[in-house]
Amino acid sequence: MTTPAGVAERLTSLVGALRAHGMRIGTGESVDAARAVGELGLADRELLREGLAATLLHGPGQRQVFDPVFDLYFPRGVGGPEQRAAGREDLRDRLADALTADDQQMLGRLAIEAVGGFGGYGSSPESDGWSSYQTLERLRPQTLLARVRDNVRGQGGSTGFADRLLEDEIRRRIDTFRAMVAAEARRRVAERRGRDEIARRAVAPTADRVDFLFAGQDRLAELRRTVQPLARKLATRLAARRRRASRGSIDLRRTLRGSLSTGGVPMKPVLRRRRPMRPELVLLCDVSGSVSGFSDFTMLLVQALHDQFSKVRVFAFVNRIDEVSGLLERGRADPEGLSSRIQGEAAVTGYHGSSDYGMALGEFAERYAEAVGSRTTVFVLGDARTNGSDPNLPAVRQIAERARRVHWLNPEQRSRWGTGDSVAPAYAELVEMHECRNARQLSALVARLLPV
Amino acid sequence: MFTSVDDVSARLAETGYLASPAVATTVFLADRLGKPLLVEGPAGVGKTELAKAVAEVAGARLVRLQCYEGVDESRALYEWNHAKQLLRISAGRDETWDEARTDIFSEEFLLTRPLLTAIRGDDPKVLLIDETDKADVEVEGLLLEVLSDFQVTVPELGTITATRRPFVVLTSNASRELSEALRRRCLFLHIGFPDEELERRIVRLKVPGLDDALARSVVRIVGALRAMDLRKVPSVAETVDWAHTLLALGAGSLDETVVRATLGVLLKHQDDVLKASAKLDLDAL
Repeated sequence: MTTPAGVAERLTSLVGALRAHGMRIGTGESVDAARAVGELGLADRELLREGLAATLLHGPGQRQVFDPVFDLYFPRGVGGPEQRAAGREDLRDRLADALTADDQQMLGRLAIEAVGGFGGYGSSPESDGWSSYQTLERLRPQTLLARVRDNVRGQGGSTGFADRLLEDEIRRRIDTFRAMVAAEARRRVAERRGRDEIARRAVAPTADRVDFLFAGQDRLAELRRTVQPLARKLATRLAARRRRASRGSIDLRRTLRGSLSTGGVPMKPVLRRRRPMRPELVLLCDVSGSVSGFSDFTMLLVQALHDQFSKVRVFAFVNRIDEVSGLLERGRADPEGLSSRIQGEAAVTGYHGSSDYGMALGEFAERYAEAVGSRTTVFVLGDARTNGSDPNLPAVRQIAERARRVHWLNPEQRSRWGTGDSVAPAYAELVEMHECRNARQLSALVARLLPV
Repeated sequence: MFTSVDDVSARLAETGYLASPAVATTVFLADRLGKPLLVEGPAGVGKTELAKAVAEVAGARLVRLQCYEGVDESRALYEWNHAKQLLRISAGRDETWDEARTDIFSEEFLLTRPLLTAIRGDDPKVLLIDETDKADVEVEGLLLEVLSDFQVTVPELGTITATRRPFVVLTSNASRELSEALRRRCLFLHIGFPDEELERRIVRLKVPGLDDALARSVVRIVGALRAMDLRKVPSVAETVDWAHTLLALGAGSLDETVVRATLGVLLKHQDDVLKASAKLDLDAL
């Protein structure tokens, strides 16, 4: 059981690239991976992929980083196809046929051909490369939809009820093709630029490490799907904290009082008795364009955790504030429509559309002061960018005085606080401000900060 | 146990478990490398079935440890049979304490629980630790010793080491994050929803009476439901249930009425049913 020469190096650099993406892979796993290569051989690439995934990975979320990295280190082939790609129309014809038949292998071959034919740019050795964007722009596979649909219907391959699903299915096939083109372009660039660099830079990180502020629509959708499992995990963690908090902690006064009967020797330590109470939570969320992804995710997460608290009230603001607890509760089945519902049904904007923390917080302190009491923990979500208007520090001070705790979660990285129109440092003097850039940080913060 | 990955899929298929390439490869590796297999995935994709199928293929005994909140050492590992020990002591009245003591802590009074059962003996065994995520964190510590060295220490008897390592399958629904240490010791396999072709084969295998065109439509609609953002998407088990239902109703093909009437088999939340009906245009008529 020996691994062929060169494979060991390739394997270790693959592991290195995965580690650079934040995966914790030990030497033991690398050794197992090498043994797996020895057992499976190098003949079948897909078997090898599954084998390495089984030995190196520890969780399901890591797979989408692993696959592109694997494609780079164990590429399907080297170089480009021999023959020049045929014309655009010819390629589109064959692509339509492959999509009609849902022929994965043919799609793969066409992706290679397409990148070879239409993806190359630049002429000098330093600046040239391969672009999946350019390939797809020229080929426009999405415009084949109607044609493929008619083809499938013409062949009688789909009749009856399931026919109404056809368009969605073809759309999914086209998306597969797009992903294939992206992988092929990445592979060719990696041949030019060195694998390690491309593996680090061109492979998207796992969803929980993507910055909220830069996450695209599909990434946010992916995050929304993780809300329920994450909430379950956090709930068990909160329950554990609650259990631990309910014992321990000696009541010194009562222990000493009890020790008088034994001559001042504390024979029996008396533990502090905890009054069982469920804490209340108030969320103030900036839902303006720039940070709405972050607010949405956090609102959904807190809503999913609502049975841990006696009361959760959620307020949304841009430059005016309005309560949205009801909207959240009613719309649990439709999380992706949340932000549009808030924009549509709640009064969150006044005369203009840009966010104004001073005005919104002032309005909250005025209209909803009764929402905050001695048992309430307040979370403010936002980047503290007021567009140059007055930050209204007295209002924040007033909220902080009434509440049990106030935490501010800021989705911007700490080094950018205070730059431009950000008044984060001023707020940070009054309330605790935490950096909360991605879902991983958020879940750590929530587990630590939520009151028990 | 197996000679190649293809051998794994072929023999699992004989028992009625259709494995995807990922499943077959990982089972093959788990056997060859002698490592436990940690299987994660949504409910109803056949995680427990996999362990049963492997046991059947290998002609091995399936030893099952069902985890739940509060499962402990005496439920998972071993326990002394106190009642029997007391009987033994009261039966031998005139013997000395030393004699009695060496006797009551012998194998006869040991109640083996799944983990110890799986380690003792020479016959092949498959150890299934089901729903590992339901167990408390302390149990994981217990598993670490068993899974890395395949040995168990009973203070009165000494350390018992496996003469023949069992094939271990751990399943988890990811309701709690398992510790890194436990994950390290296992091969990781995520069983997701099967692709269309595999699912069609599963439906045909489990519901032989269903005709091919209908099976195709069933799988396509389930695929479309999974692509929607639902609270609980239908799993393979639900697909098979639905196929059974359609067969029982004698539905020859799918239409709005049939789908609307039976959607409850696939979807378990009212919100989901409403949303799916809207997306599938069930109210179009």
